[in-house]
Amino acid sequence: MGMKRVAVFAATAAFAFSLTACGEEGTPTASGGGASGAAPASDTCTSSGVALTADSSAAVSGSPTFDRIKSAGKTVVGVKFDQPNLGYKDTAGKRCGFDIEIAQYVSAKLGVDPAKIEYKEIPSANRETAIKGGEIDYYVGTYSITDKRKADVAFAGPYFVAGQDLLVRKDESAITGKDALKGKKVCSATGSTPIQRVRDEKLTEPENIVEFKTYSECVSQLLDKKVDAVTTDDAILKGYAAQNPAELKVVGQPFSTEKYGIGLAHDDKALRDYVNNQIEAAFKDGTWQKIYDGTLGKSGSPATPPTLERY
Amino acid sequence: MSEFLHVLTDHWSLFGQGFGNTVKLFLIAAVGSLVLGTLLGAFRVSPIPALRWFGGSYVNIVRNTPLTLVFAFLVFAVPKLDVDLDYFTAATVALTVYTAAFICEVIRSGVNTVAPGQAEAARALGLTFDQVLTQVVLPQALRSMVPPMMSVLIAMLKNTTVAAGFSVLEAGAIPAYMAEFGEPQFYVLLWIAIGFLILITPLVLLQRLLERKWAVAR
Repeated sequence: MGMKRVAVFAATAAFAFSLTACGEEGTPTASGGGASGAAPASDTCTSSGVALTADSSAAVSGSPTFDRIKSAGKTVVGVKFDQPNLGYKDTAGKRCGFDIEIAQYVSAKLGVDPAKIEYKEIPSANRETAIKGGEIDYYVGTYSITDKRKADVAFAGPYFVAGQDLLVRKDESAITGKDALKGKKVCSATGSTPIQRVRDEKLTEPENIVEFKTYSECVSQLLDKKVDAVTTDDAILKGYAAQNPAELKVVGQPFSTEKYGIGLAHDDKALRDYVNNQIEAAFKDGTWQKIYDGTLGKSGSPATPPTLERY
Repeated sequence: MSEFLHVLTDHWSLFGQGFGNTVKLFLIAAVGSLVLGTLLGAFRVSPIPALRWFGGSYVNIVRNTPLTLVFAFLVFAVPKLDVDLDYFTAATVALTVYTAAFICEVIRSGVNTVAPGQAEAARALGLTFDQVLTQVVLPQALRSMVPPMMSVLIAMLKNTTVAAGFSVLEAGAIPAYMAEFGEPQFYVLLWIAIGFLILITPLVLLQRLLERKWAVAR
């Protein structure tokens, strides 16, 4: 009996191990084969098709961050990883989205090939600490410019102006904006600012407020008709709509303003001016529009470049 | 110290609502799982093989499934079958189904502490299975069930915090709100721990009372 059990255990373990081994072998081939054309194998994807080449003549005098990038030969960028078409890391390990491509654009303009970016996933609560401590060179990830944060870090941009909006099913016609939510079930991340706004402004009844840890859980409930709307910044919602444009749409009536900036070291004014110039150039030459159309624009909601705010 | 107190007093309604829902979840799931668990326990000690098999399978399947998975099944999978279950009901069902497996085992181990001679004697007197269980075995078995039963119930009370991840605003959801308010997490979590201590105290007192009441000299 004892021997038999050991044998069963050994067989199970061997089977499990063979499965793992198989998975490890399979993955690199799959992702390697997926890289298009002659592009070097990297963990980033460019869904917009914007070709970025490192600007070898880049120079930012008097910027300690730039000097650090120059000597390291790479940029270290803080990003999000759980926002589809915005800041996302897929199952194959590839990073895609609007914020990611903005980060790549900035890296190229700083003279570093986007393939050489080292991405760091920094949770919202740790962003200031990571920038102040020099753990990252810059941060691109739905980072709202606020006066409180300006005390700790500097912002280039805004490169995108978002606002709280509503994601609904494609066939929804009753929900036209925040004032049409009465009697509708509204979902967002547990305790987040958007859901607290819904509660405080009594946009719907307390029993119709639904909260999950992640937006993707809310989206799943929306598709299953358990909730009627998902609410947060429209940039995030557009990302989900772009993933499933046949079934989802963004209402397009934002009821708050969030200006997304690129987080930089507080005292690095030289770098801030330089990055601002580069963003402005991207607004003007159509690069920004191309990146938007290839990522969040797939949701069917158009957008135009915002106005830069230098301070 | 004053900041520590302010964390609670500034958000009194949130704490009240959170712990209120925790208590509601606990009470409903406690009654539900005691009823279901006792029934399953009876199945497991019954003379009918099919019932014994059912009880055993239930325990083996449910007890080996993580609670979060039970919740996820009810909240994300069941709606796909066009069954409408609101989030609070789903939470009470998940807690009931999960805890019942543990209650069932407590009942069974309690029954097993009663000497077989007791049941044999009762049967020799002509008592039916129901009578043997309710008149002879269970009254004796209850004594030894009290401590493990309370442990299961206390664990269940704390397990209610899983519901926070599935759209029930109970004590486990408070930290997420407080983080957004910018309150110090250390104090928030300390208050939640204190809240649970307060909720568990009556259970501990109940255990002591029952143990004293049913104590016998051996």
